[in-house]
Amino acid sequence: MSEDHARRARELIVQMCANPEGGHLGGSMSLVEILVTLYRDVMRIDPRRPSDPDRDILLLSKGHGAIGLYAALAERGFFPEELLASYGAPDSMFTAHPNPAVPGVEMPTGSLGHGLPLGVGFALAARLDGSDRRCFVVLGDGELQEGSVWEAAMAAGAKGLDRLVAIVDRNGLQISGDTEDTVGLEPLANRWRAFGWTVREVDGHDTSQLREALSDVPHTPGRPTVLLARTVKGKGLPYIEGQARSHYVKLTERGHRRARAALLRGERNSGEQTSGERTRGERTRTETT
Amino acid sequence: MSVVTAEPPVAQEERAAREVYRDVLVELAAADERYVCLDSDTGLFSGTAWGSAAPRYLNLGIAEQNLMGVAAGLARSGRIPFVNTMATFAATRALEAVKLDIAWNDLPVRIVATHGGLSAGHLGSTHHALEDLAVMRMLPNMTVLVPADAAATEHLLRASARLPGPVYLRLGRGATPALPPGAEPVRIGAAQCLRRGDDATLIATGPHPVLTALDAADELAAAGIEASVLNMHTIKPLDRQAIVTAAARTRGIVTVEEHWAAGGLGSAVAEVVAEQGVACPVRRVAVADRFAAGTGGHRHLLERNGIRAATVIEHVRRLLA
Repeated sequence: MSEDHARRARELIVQMCANPEGGHLGGSMSLVEILVTLYRDVMRIDPRRPSDPDRDILLLSKGHGAIGLYAALAERGFFPEELLASYGAPDSMFTAHPNPAVPGVEMPTGSLGHGLPLGVGFALAARLDGSDRRCFVVLGDGELQEGSVWEAAMAAGAKGLDRLVAIVDRNGLQISGDTEDTVGLEPLANRWRAFGWTVREVDGHDTSQLREALSDVPHTPGRPTVLLARTVKGKGLPYIEGQARSHYVKLTERGHRRARAALLRGERNSGEQTSGERTRGERTRTETT
Repeated sequence: MSVVTAEPPVAQEERAAREVYRDVLVELAAADERYVCLDSDTGLFSGTAWGSAAPRYLNLGIAEQNLMGVAAGLARSGRIPFVNTMATFAATRALEAVKLDIAWNDLPVRIVATHGGLSAGHLGSTHHALEDLAVMRMLPNMTVLVPADAAATEHLLRASARLPGPVYLRLGRGATPALPPGAEPVRIGAAQCLRRGDDATLIATGPHPVLTALDAADELAAAGIEASVLNMHTIKPLDRQAIVTAAARTRGIVTVEEHWAAGGLGSAVAEVVAEQGVACPVRRVAVADRFAAGTGGHRHLLERNGIRAATVIEHVRRLLA
């Protein structure tokens, strides 16, 4: 069931990247199962009442995954999918980083390292209100190089915010390549544990694992939870999966057709052309999912 | 030969604005559940008895970026956070969070910044805030307030508590004298006229600059030059009308502030004068384009950096010459 929702969200992402402005393709495709599972199976939200005071909160701290968020919100019914056709057009509300004018977007993000401090604020407010609403913050792995993430992680651990959940989209890549070749993050689980968090590691493309891990928050009373979700950048388009160059892509008409075909048929290793560069060779990093 | 002894000066009450802030906030928080105090280990609230508001005092430690983001999350959830840090940390270290999380979302966060200007004294340039007014006034949605004494601190604090958007309240560190009695009460967005004169206008912001302007006006009056003195406690929204009127009525404007000359009150005043096309010269008494000269206490640094009546008087004399 969720697979169909995920596939639809991917189609919408690909469609947006076929706009003349292009889009953050790779890091949005890696987010799809995370966001679809949250909106479909985990969060207490009502798409018809996006400002319900008792709703769970989702903050996309890796704001460059905005088209993934828009796709998941549209797919969940926060607004008609057709509206996404304006993505990239002048004055469209669908900006390249999340725009709170879009129903379901809680806060504007895009400069990395802002989501978790905001999440601590939402979680503290919920506690003061005596509410059991939860706050989910989706972070990129490269984003974890920002110091403000760890300021917030330290505060959340110290204050015992057990209704705060961080989800790290651990696709292993940042613009210049592998995170571990840039400023390495490992041992990542131990780092979060040392800050007072309970850590779960899941396959970020396996909706049943995500659902299971997210449905019984808090995992440890008095401790915030982090999910390290192993994902594949560009997931769903085998010819760009696991490649840093999938970060920002402008799909040509031909590229768009191929991408749609790949999503429909699970086509693998077909050639693909983006505006800036041509695929060099067919090497892809495949990860067990 | 008879000796006339001057009467000893009446000791003006000296109170630290930040202590007034602490006391008023405790009172406000007890009366309104929306108020939350977010501290960054300033020590200002050590031993404070919050009573029933105790859960709404949160010390988030020494992490100012996180502090501002947390405040935005709380404000978005319906709370009114009062955030405590030093002025320079709010304006520079945490600026991006202030800009994006608080100002962009137009959230009712009150940033209460102590150690404004040179008030950190011998703590040095790491703790001086000579850029904060420029930084904060450029941010859309931000209200920027600089009370000149304890009474104005209380007044502006209570008045700003009702504003729907973000507020930056710049306070000092130590105790400062009360302004002379008799002035009209401060109103957000309206310059407070402390003295009327038709030759020149002195526009000042903050405790020492306003007192400096008043001292300069006294000395000028003794020499037959009458100067108006405006206390510009609201840097944003700026009282443009008061500036235009001063430019039209008097022959020159001298601004006084504890701030770098670039971007502060003087710049803001000059912008208005230039844009209105009023022919009136503007001179700025502010810290020059360098890290503050000298080392030592607050008053010493003000002297060393030219924030004193003699500088103001010299500017006025040259303007009128």
